Amino acid sequence: MARIRLDHITKNFGVNTAVKDIDIDVADGEFFVLLGPTGAGKTTILRIIAGLEKPTSGHVHINEHDVNDWGPAERDVALVLQQYSLYPRLTVRENLAFPLRSRVRNMAAADIEKRIDYASKTLRIGHLLERKTDRLSGGEMQRVSIGRAIVREPQVFLMDEPLSALDAKLRESLRTELKDLQRRLGGTFIFVTHDQVEAMTMGDRIAVLNKGRIVQVGTPQDVYSNPRNTFVAGFVGSPAINLLSGKVAGNAAVVSPKVFELPLSGAPTGEGAYTFGIRPENVVLESGAPVEARIHDIENHGIEKIVTLRVGDNLVRATVPARVEVKVEDAVRFGWIADKVMLFDAATGINLRHKAA
Amino acid sequence: MAEIELRHIDKHFGPVHVIRDVNLTVKDREFVVFLGPSGCGKTTTLRAIAGLEEIDTGDILLDGKPIQHLGAPDRDIAFVFQNYALYPHFTVYENLAFPLRAVGTSKSEIDTTVRSVAGSLGIAHLLKVRPSALSGGDMQRVAIGRALVRRPKALLLDEPIGSLDAKLRETMRVELKRLHYENGSTSIYVTHDQVEAMSLADRIVVMHDGVLQQVGTPTEVYLRPANLFVAQFIGSPVMNISATRVSEADGKAQIVVDQQQFELPRELLAMLEQKKAGGELSLGVRPEGVLVSHEDKPGYRPLEAHIIQPFGGFDIVDLRVGEQSLRARTTSGYVGKPGDRVWARIDPAQAHFFDTRSGASLDIRLGE
Repeated sequence: MARIRLDHITKNFGVNTAVKDIDIDVADGEFFVLLGPTGAGKTTILRIIAGLEKPTSGHVHINEHDVNDWGPAERDVALVLQQYSLYPRLTVRENLAFPLRSRVRNMAAADIEKRIDYASKTLRIGHLLERKTDRLSGGEMQRVSIGRAIVREPQVFLMDEPLSALDAKLRESLRTELKDLQRRLGGTFIFVTHDQVEAMTMGDRIAVLNKGRIVQVGTPQDVYSNPRNTFVAGFVGSPAINLLSGKVAGNAAVVSPKVFELPLSGAPTGEGAYTFGIRPENVVLESGAPVEARIHDIENHGIEKIVTLRVGDNLVRATVPARVEVKVEDAVRFGWIADKVMLFDAATGINLRHKAA
Repeated sequence: MAEIELRHIDKHFGPVHVIRDVNLTVKDREFVVFLGPSGCGKTTTLRAIAGLEEIDTGDILLDGKPIQHLGAPDRDIAFVFQNYALYPHFTVYENLAFPLRAVGTSKSEIDTTVRSVAGSLGIAHLLKVRPSALSGGDMQRVAIGRALVRRPKALLLDEPIGSLDAKLRETMRVELKRLHYENGSTSIYVTHDQVEAMSLADRIVVMHDGVLQQVGTPTEVYLRPANLFVAQFIGSPVMNISATRVSEADGKAQIVVDQQQFELPRELLAMLEQKKAGGELSLGVRPEGVLVSHEDKPGYRPLEAHIIQPFGGFDIVDLRVGEQSLRARTTSGYVGKPGDRVWARIDPAQAHFFDTRSGASLDIRLGE
C-alpha cells in the first residue's frame, strides 16, 4: 500500500486559484478525509492525486516517488465517484471484471475470478453478480462501483462524495461498511466530503478546507474540541457550536449586545473584542444558573432535546436530556462549563487557545 | 380556526394503490409532519388536501366542511414547494405582493401585509432584490412569505428545506418552528427526513406504502414505536433489531441474540405469555439502551468493540455479537480503539419486542 505526500501544491485555473499551498502527508493505511464546503478545492486535490489534473506548482509523492510526470494509470490509484458510472448493459460480474480485462494487465481468467470473488464477498454483493446494473438500488450500485475499485487492488483509494446521492438511512449503514472495509483491506483511503458527520465518523484524520486552503488537519476529536478558528468550529459539529461576540472583563465573558456575563477559566486575557465558542452540550440549564433566558425553540431528537435560548438578541443552543420538560417562552436559567469555552479573536476568528498538534 | 380532517381517503395511480384508507384529524394550530420514504404516499396526500390531486374516495374536511370537490384556489390553503417557484423578473416585494394583487387587494393593504410578513421572516432588507441575487435560504423564506401573505387557513409545506445544505437546514428549522409559534396557522409538512420530523412536529404521521403506520408526538413515536418500520425509520443511528429467543435461567429471562445471551428481568416471561407471543420475536434496542462498562458487572456480557464512530459530543460503538453488531452510544472517547474488550447489557426499560412476522410491537415495557 502507499503513503501519499503533497508538497506545496497550488493549482490555478486561468486567473482563479483553486487550491493554494497544500501540504498533506497521508500515512500508509490511513483513512484521510478532505472536508469542506462546495468550492473549497477538495475535489481538485483528489484529481491532482489521481493524475487527472496537473498542479500549477508543487509535487505529489506516492511512497518515495515524485509522480508529477506519471499518468493516472501508472499511479495505480482507484477513483470512486458520487455517480456510479457503471456499464448499464453489463452484469455486476462483467462490471467488476472490466478493469481487469484491459490488455495491459494481461490477467488470467482464473485470477480475475478470484478477485471478483473476494470483492463481492467483502461487499456482500455475491447474490447480485449475474444481475444487470440497471436493476440495482442506489446502495447496491455504489457497492459495485467500490467493488470495481477493489478488484484492481490499487495502492490508494480515492473517493469523491461516494455517499452523497444516497438517502439518510443508507448513508448511515454505508458509513460503517466503508470504514470496516478500509480496516479489513488495510488500504490508504482519501475521502472527499462536505458532510461533517461522514468526516467525523469515518476519518482517522480530517483536513478541513476553506477557499482552496487547508485550515486544520487533525483527528476528529481534535477538530471538534480544539478547532483552529471559527470556521472549523462552525463547520464541524451538529447542532452547531454557539459563537457569541463580546468582551472579557476580569475572568468573565461579557456577551453583547444585550449583555450577559459568564465565567471563564484559564489564564486571564487582555481586554478587547472576542468571539466565545461553546458547544450546545456544554451549555447547562439549571434553576440556580447565572443567566436568565426565554425558551425560543425546542427540538425533540428522541434521546435529547436541542433547546434554543433567547437572551436579548442572542440565541444560544443547549443540548438537554429528553426528560427535561420545558415550553416555548418559559423563563429558564442557564450557565456554561467554563473550561469548555473557546476564545476566538473577533477580527481574525483565530482560536487564541489553540493547541498545536 | 382551521381543522383539517381526512376520512377514508383512497387514491390509485393506475394499478398502484398510493393512499389506503387514510383517516386523520389535524387540529387547529397544530403542526403535523407526514414522514416516510419516497413513494410512501405522503406528498400525494398533501397535494390532495391542497386540491392539486384528486382522490378516488373519501372526504377532506376543512373546519367540518367537505372541500374535496373545490378547486385548489377556492380552498384557502397555501402550498410551499421544495422548488421555490419565484418569479425571476419580479423583486422580492413584487413576488410577495403577487398573490394579493391577483385577488384585487388595495395598494395600501398590500404594502402593510408585505412589510409585516417580510419582517416576520427577516427578509425586510431584501424587498428590492430580485430572486437571482438571493441565497437558497432567502429564496425559501420568500416562497414561504408568498404563502403567508394571503393569511390562509392552513399552510402545506412539501420538503421546503430539503434542497438546502445541512447547516442552513438547522437554522431554517428553528425559524419555521418560531414562525408557526407566532402566527399559529395549522400546518402540514412533508419530509423524508426523520430529524426534521422529530424537530418540528407537534405530531408525526409515519407513512409507508400508502398506510398510516403510526400517529403520535415525537416522544411517542421514538419511545413507543408501533411496529418495526417506525422503530427503524425514526432515530439515528438506527435502532438495533435482532431475531431473538427467550428462555428462563437463574431466575431471569435470558434473551439470545446470535448465540450471545443477555439477561432481562423475569417479568418479561409472564408478559410474553400474556401477549400470547408464541411466534418469532425480534428484540429492538436503541444505541442509548445498550449500556457499556469498562468493568465486568452483574448482568453485563463481555463484547469486543468493532467500529467506533465519533460524533464529537458522543461516540457510536459497534460491539461484535456473533456475526452481528450491537450498536451502543457512549460518551466521547469511552472506548479507546477497535478490538478493545468492554462489558455491555441491555437496559430493560429501553428494550422493545416485536412480532417478527407482522412487525407489530408487542407493547411490552419492562421496568428497571
